[in-house]
Amino acid sequence: MGLTKRGRWLLSLTAVLALGSVLGFMTLNVHSDWAFIVQYRGTRLLAMLLVALSMGLATVVFQTITHNRILTPSLMGFDVLYVLVHTLALLLWGTEFGKGWPLESRFILEVTVMVSIALLLFRWLFNGSVRGLHMLILLGMVGGLLFRELADLSARVFNPSEFSIQQGSSVANFNRVNLQLLWVGLAAAVFCSGLLFHLRRQLDVLSLGRDVAINLGVPYRKAVTLLMLVIGALLSISTALVGPMLFFGLLVANLAYWITGSHQHRWTLPASVLAAIVCLIGGQVLFEHLLSTRLPLAMVIELCGGVLFIALLLRGVKQ
Amino acid sequence: MAVTSSTQVQPRIVLWLLGLVVLVVVLALVSLNVGASRMNLLHLFTQPDDRITQLLFVSRWPRTLALILAGASLAVAGLLLQMMARNRLVEPSMVGTVDAAALGVLLCAIVAPSMALWLKFSVVSLFAVMGTVLFLSVLKRIPLRSALIVPLLGLVLAGVIAAASGLLAHQFELSQALRSWNSGDFSAILRGRYELLWVAAGITGLAMLLADRFTVLGMGKDFATNVGVNYPALLALGVLLVSMIIASVVVIAGALPFIGLIVPNLVRLLTGDNVRRAIPVVALAGSALMLAADLLGRVLIHPYEIPSATLLAIAGSLVFILILVRGRRQWA
Repeated sequence: MGLTKRGRWLLSLTAVLALGSVLGFMTLNVHSDWAFIVQYRGTRLLAMLLVALSMGLATVVFQTITHNRILTPSLMGFDVLYVLVHTLALLLWGTEFGKGWPLESRFILEVTVMVSIALLLFRWLFNGSVRGLHMLILLGMVGGLLFRELADLSARVFNPSEFSIQQGSSVANFNRVNLQLLWVGLAAAVFCSGLLFHLRRQLDVLSLGRDVAINLGVPYRKAVTLLMLVIGALLSISTALVGPMLFFGLLVANLAYWITGSHQHRWTLPASVLAAIVCLIGGQVLFEHLLSTRLPLAMVIELCGGVLFIALLLRGVKQ
Repeated sequence: MAVTSSTQVQPRIVLWLLGLVVLVVVLALVSLNVGASRMNLLHLFTQPDDRITQLLFVSRWPRTLALILAGASLAVAGLLLQMMARNRLVEPSMVGTVDAAALGVLLCAIVAPSMALWLKFSVVSLFAVMGTVLFLSVLKRIPLRSALIVPLLGLVLAGVIAAASGLLAHQFELSQALRSWNSGDFSAILRGRYELLWVAAGITGLAMLLADRFTVLGMGKDFATNVGVNYPALLALGVLLVSMIIASVVVIAGALPFIGLIVPNLVRLLTGDNVRRAIPVVALAGSALMLAADLLGRVLIHPYEIPSATLLAIAGSLVFILILVRGRRQWA
């Protein structure tokens, strides 16, 4: 089954907008020589594309396996969990044992730890003992607060004099991208998205609910575990590159459902990535070149996402 | 039955009150003795010199007093808000009151950085009132099927206000300052810089006098009206009292989260929903918690300091998760 006419039209429009944003980002207001621009803007573009890819895919998949459209991995505190793991790992890298490790292996170890904790948390939250959507979101948000404050505390305790430097990484910022992790992030993100696209039909079945999926022959537990691993890895990539974002995933996933009007993952997954590209890169072009304002895009996106969250919450309560 | 149970509980409450008074006094004495510069309170009597009296009366004593006043009034503000929202899972930093107050402080810093303290206090109070009213009016419009929707809505409203402040602060290059207002601590308290907290203490006293009425308020509009309470007027008064307490604490020390959640919930295990009995215990326990958080922050990485707000947020979110998980049948 394909898309409706409206869905096809909106999806193509989003794709065109995404392409336009990327072109605009590379070509607008070029005043110096091209080699520098390609190098400077190209790496930033690549980083933002990776963030768009990770956030869009992770959120849609998470909402599929939890069967709702409000809960996102960021709202469950998973990206601040990465910040906490990263802050604590700095301790290990300071010791004799940790000094020789290259940056990439450090990143991989941190992601492994973060993904394991996320998986444990997920098991505890979704094994049926915690009931009710509001309970889940509330636990997630307060858990996120706890992780953030613990990261803040450990940064202060272990390194009081450098606290202000560390502090910057607790808020997302698209102008200060961590480029050192770009290539390992790229490899992981490409692998994860290939895997998800390969599993798109299984995802469609999973969205029908646990019991139906098991009846239709999906090895439920194994499938959900694998998908949670992928979500954890994708979130770590995005957080490592630009920092945590609470509402961005919610915004782009709901945009994707609205654009496609479909439940099929072969449409919603790419649509979420395209919507994320338009928001991130289009927003950056709009702010930087067309409006020439210094308004931080991350904060504007968070504000819009927060308002959307209230609207979804109120609509859910009224129904 | 209610009468017998209340007379039975009375002696226990008195014991708790006495115990808390002792705890606050002990913590206060420790707080007077701990700091970057070495000082022993006993030296005041054995070998008094100018340096010690100076240190004591300019820095240590004001700080300790500020902690006691702020802790007590924040805990009482939390209790009042819980009565008004008719929900035990909220407190001023979780519904937008505190974030609106921080927005007020930010606007004062942008428009008139050298504004007189009383004027700044009035502006910040006004913002805190607006934040609280926004939350209560959204709450009135939704059907309350689950007790959890109340704190959830409050948290997101607070987040949206905070995001707006963040944007504004970024435009005026005050992000660093906003961050320090959002994570309150008492390290900058000296004589002459904390006296506004007496206003908060006065309001707390007023709330104690009106305790019976706030108990009735917590039973809902219909009940309150039936027993002859002017519900809208009392609700407005409650909003004003909570907002003024929050405004004074935010102006002096910055945002201090979760005291208003932890303390009333623990005390209620003891006293039930009767506010008149609870308020003195809540106030004392609030002071004790505030003193303990500040002391821990001072000794943990001595000679540096950890803001009390960070420690309170960690303790508070743990307690909150515990309350949620323990009472999940009740909330779901």
